Amino acid sequence: MIDFELTPEEEKEIAEAHKHAEEELRPIARYYDECEHESPKELIDILWERSKQGSSLLGLGIASALTIEETCWGDAGLMLCNPGSGLGGAAILMSGTQEQQQRFLSKFSEGDEPKWGAMAMTEPECGSDTAAISTTAVQDGDEWVLNGEKIFITAGKRAVDESDGLVVVWATVDKSAGRAGMKPFVVEAGTPGMRVEKVENKLGIRASDTATVIFEDCRIPYENILGSPEVRKLDPSQTAGFRRAMATFDATRPIIAAMALGVGRAALDFVKETLEKEGVEIRYGLPRNKQTAAERDIMDMEANYKAAKMLMLRAVWLMSQFQPNSLEASMAKAKAGLAVTKITQKAIELMGPLGYSRKYLLEKWMRDAKINDIFEGTGQINMLVTARRILDYSREQLK
Amino acid sequence: MISFSPSEEQQMIVNMVKEFATDEMRKIYRECDESGEIPAQIIDTAWEMGFASTYIPEEHQGLGEEHSSLTGSLIAEELAWGDLSMAMHILCPSLVVLPVVEMGTDEQKAKYLPAFCGEKFKAATAALVEPLFNFDANALSTTARPDGNDYILNGAKCFVPLAADADLLMVYAAENGSTQGFIVEKGTPGLEVSEREKNMGIKALATYELTLKDCRIPKENRLGGENGCDFNRILNCSNVALSAMAVGVAKAAFEYSRDYAKDRHAFGEPIASRQTIAFMLAEMAIEIDATRLMTWEAAWKLDRKEDATKEASLTKTYADDMVLMVTDRAVQILGGHGYIREHPVELWLRNGRGFTAFNGMAIV
Repeated sequence: MIDFELTPEEEKEIAEAHKHAEEELRPIARYYDECEHESPKELIDILWERSKQGSSLLGLGIASALTIEETCWGDAGLMLCNPGSGLGGAAILMSGTQEQQQRFLSKFSEGDEPKWGAMAMTEPECGSDTAAISTTAVQDGDEWVLNGEKIFITAGKRAVDESDGLVVVWATVDKSAGRAGMKPFVVEAGTPGMRVEKVENKLGIRASDTATVIFEDCRIPYENILGSPEVRKLDPSQTAGFRRAMATFDATRPIIAAMALGVGRAALDFVKETLEKEGVEIRYGLPRNKQTAAERDIMDMEANYKAAKMLMLRAVWLMSQFQPNSLEASMAKAKAGLAVTKITQKAIELMGPLGYSRKYLLEKWMRDAKINDIFEGTGQINMLVTARRILDYSREQLK
Repeated sequence: MISFSPSEEQQMIVNMVKEFATDEMRKIYRECDESGEIPAQIIDTAWEMGFASTYIPEEHQGLGEEHSSLTGSLIAEELAWGDLSMAMHILCPSLVVLPVVEMGTDEQKAKYLPAFCGEKFKAATAALVEPLFNFDANALSTTARPDGNDYILNGAKCFVPLAADADLLMVYAAENGSTQGFIVEKGTPGLEVSEREKNMGIKALATYELTLKDCRIPKENRLGGENGCDFNRILNCSNVALSAMAVGVAKAAFEYSRDYAKDRHAFGEPIASRQTIAFMLAEMAIEIDATRLMTWEAAWKLDRKEDATKEASLTKTYADDMVLMVTDRAVQILGGHGYIREHPVELWLRNGRGFTAFNGMAIV
């Protein structure tokens, strides 16, 4: 039965997230944007206590997605500071055995000090083309030896240097096997041979650290390979490692869409509130040729926000029903990333000098919004995935 | 609890309508567009599915099911996928039936509804749009003035589907600044239906201009009697219907151009294997899905009897843009072939272009 009503429990969670966003994130949002590499310690400690009861990024339902939207309405950069197993945890849940999930994830629900999990995929020479990674994992007795450089790791510094966290590193065990040789490995903080090389200065989401991590003869136990070490070459469509990386994206892309929507709605709310204070009313239902240009713009922004939100909810709902959602996840991510990029840019135009001034958060939201069109697959990659699915084309048929 | 899954019953109805659209409508839609005629037989076949009588109370010979705009939007999408002209023709009687079922007085229900429960298609229609560039459904220039036991209607209307055949017309007019519905019977003095309109698209649908010159109707023909009607809700139900139809038209154009792009070779490979074409198709698919889901949400809100003005109007505007974008691209993907009437995409572009002008011409 088609239904858009939230359950009372969902309503409650969302309301709590909104309160958190409004009272704990908004007041410090500007500070941690200006002081880029400073850590919001107090906030992190509070969040760590909450997250221990907590949730992971996988098995996410409607409530979690909408909670993430609310949190990002507060601040997307601070949201990404949330301690917990994060994207690394998502990969472990998606690819790891029961034993591995227990071994690696239990520490995220205990201890007084916050911990972070991160995922390391991108390399200096490969971004969207994830199958082209050159970081290697070579077996040596009962260990794997990792060598390579990973960049753009969200929460990388916090996972490696600032906590007893972990990083899930994607490396190849057999370069000649292409995708089939790609495997995820868990490297725990403090492992010799793993170090943070630098932390990036960014356009937006500045409260979130984005690190480069180097692996130099980094030895990890053999059991830290997630899933099967076997390289299946016979059936290229059954490239287990790569497929699992992509399956992780099916879970994370709708979440990025939810994050995007939070930032977009922050901008929309600001515009509407500002206009309301000035006595400007948005007259829904008015014919187009009677609308003012501002009304038309705002309705267009709102409709685009709603379009992206519906696609996001559908992708999350499918996931919560354990139904395949690759197509829908990519559709949601492609739409949301671009929609909020445009919404926030337009909002600045509509607000004139208020939009451009750092006195308000709107200019920051435009900078924050843009990342959603880039990470976890750029808008273009998601268009490509969507196109392949609707055309029933392989990656060879549509490059 | 959020869900995107139609009920079993809704799915059965969708399948039935889809089959009808595929087997019947799609066989003749080009012919109908060229000739401007829809065979009566196909309209009667559709009539048997009971789109009008379903929501008519049992005491008035209907099936007495609870009205659902959501189910209606699922039906409207499939019918419009088959053909927009035929879809509007088939659903046209609802323009009188649904407002009377929802807002009519007991007398109006008893007097007018049983006629829609017969075996043959019963034409009825609504006159909302006016031949003005700045038409506004909430500020009509057609007026209704009380005069003793009557109302006197004056004004001009256009895009009135099936006006020449309709036994009943729901005429919308301004009464003291608010829009109200007035049931006008065929042949009422002062009601003059002009010659059939010639439109860019929906060519198989017979639409008319009409004028009301001191057209006198009894007071009890005001929709809802003394209480009047909730015109906003009628407009919202209409916007949902038209949005669903826009999705249907767009889906038809998307599917055709997608299949063509996979078939058509250039430079040694299908044109669909080029990103410039593939990305056009991807964006079309994304926007079609988004619009459908927005339509569902607005319909869902209407079914809960909540005010859906914001949702329905935003969705309609979004759908207007979407269907034009999608049908235009479908023509573009076919290139020169898209411009030739051998292929259907030019027809869908002509139909798609109309949605910004279509107001109140369908209701679910």
